[in-house]
Amino acid sequence: MTHSLRTPLSRARGLGSAKHGVGHFIQQRATAIFLTVLLPWFALSVLLGTDGSYDSVIGWMKHPLNAAGTALLVLTGLFHMRLGMQVVIEDYITAPVARTVSLLANTAIPAILAVIAILSVAKVFVGA
Amino acid sequence: MAGPQAHDKRPLSPHLQVWRWHVTMATSIFHRASGVALYLGAMVLTAWVMALASGPEAYGAYMAFLLSPLCLLILFGITAAACYHLANGIRHLAWDAGKGFDPKVSTATGWATIIAGAIGAVLVFALAFLA
Repeated sequence: MTHSLRTPLSRARGLGSAKHGVGHFIQQRATAIFLTVLLPWFALSVLLGTDGSYDSVIGWMKHPLNAAGTALLVLTGLFHMRLGMQVVIEDYITAPVARTVSLLANTAIPAILAVIAILSVAKVFVGA
Repeated sequence: MAGPQAHDKRPLSPHLQVWRWHVTMATSIFHRASGVALYLGAMVLTAWVMALASGPEAYGAYMAFLLSPLCLLILFGITAAACYHLANGIRHLAWDAGKGFDPKVSTATGWATIIAGAIGAVLVFALAFLA
C-alpha cells in the first residue's frame, strides 16, 4: 500500500469507499423500473400509432401524452445509460487521464443528448 | 504487458478470458455489451427527434439514411440489444428482489432473455415494415 492516497486515519477506520454506492445502485434500479414501462410504450406507440412519415409522426408528437412520454423516456434512459456506462468505465479504464476524460464525456454526452431531445420534443409539441 | 496494472495495483473486474463460457456468464456479459450498444441507440433516437424538429426535409433525409442497408443492419442490432437488455434487466430486477437465483432457474431465464431479445427484435421489425 505504499502508493495509497488514503490518510492514516481513513485506513485505521477501514470504512472503504465514499459510500455513494447505494445511491448509484438505487438510481440504476429505479430508472430501470420506469424504463420497463416507458421503452415498450414508446416503441409500440410509434410503431402502431404512426406510419413513420413526417406528418404522422408530427401528429403523434403533438399529443401531450406522447410528447411527455417521449421526454420522460429520453431523460430516464439517458440517466440510466450514464450510470451504467460509469460502472463500465470505472471497471476497465484505470489510466488516470483516460479515466477522468471518459467519466467527463460520460456526463457531457447524456447531458447534450438530453438538451437536444427535450428542446426538439418541445419544439414539435408547441410549434406549427 | 502494458496493462492497466501499470497504473493501479488494486484488483480489476475480471475480463472475459477468465470465464468458462456458459449461459449465465454470457447473459451477464451480453447485458453489459448491449447496454454499451444502447449508447449508440440513444444517439440515433435523439437525432431522430432532432430531425423531426428540424422539418420535413431533414426528417426525410435522416429516415432515408436510417433505411440504407448498413444502417438497417445496425438498427436491427440496436433493437435486439434493447429487447435483450430490457428482458435481462427484468431478470436483474427479480434477482434484486431475491428471486430466481437457483442455478436451474437462472439458466432457464438466461436462455429466455436471449430468445426474448431475438424474438423482440424480429417483432419490432415486423411491426415497422409489414404492418
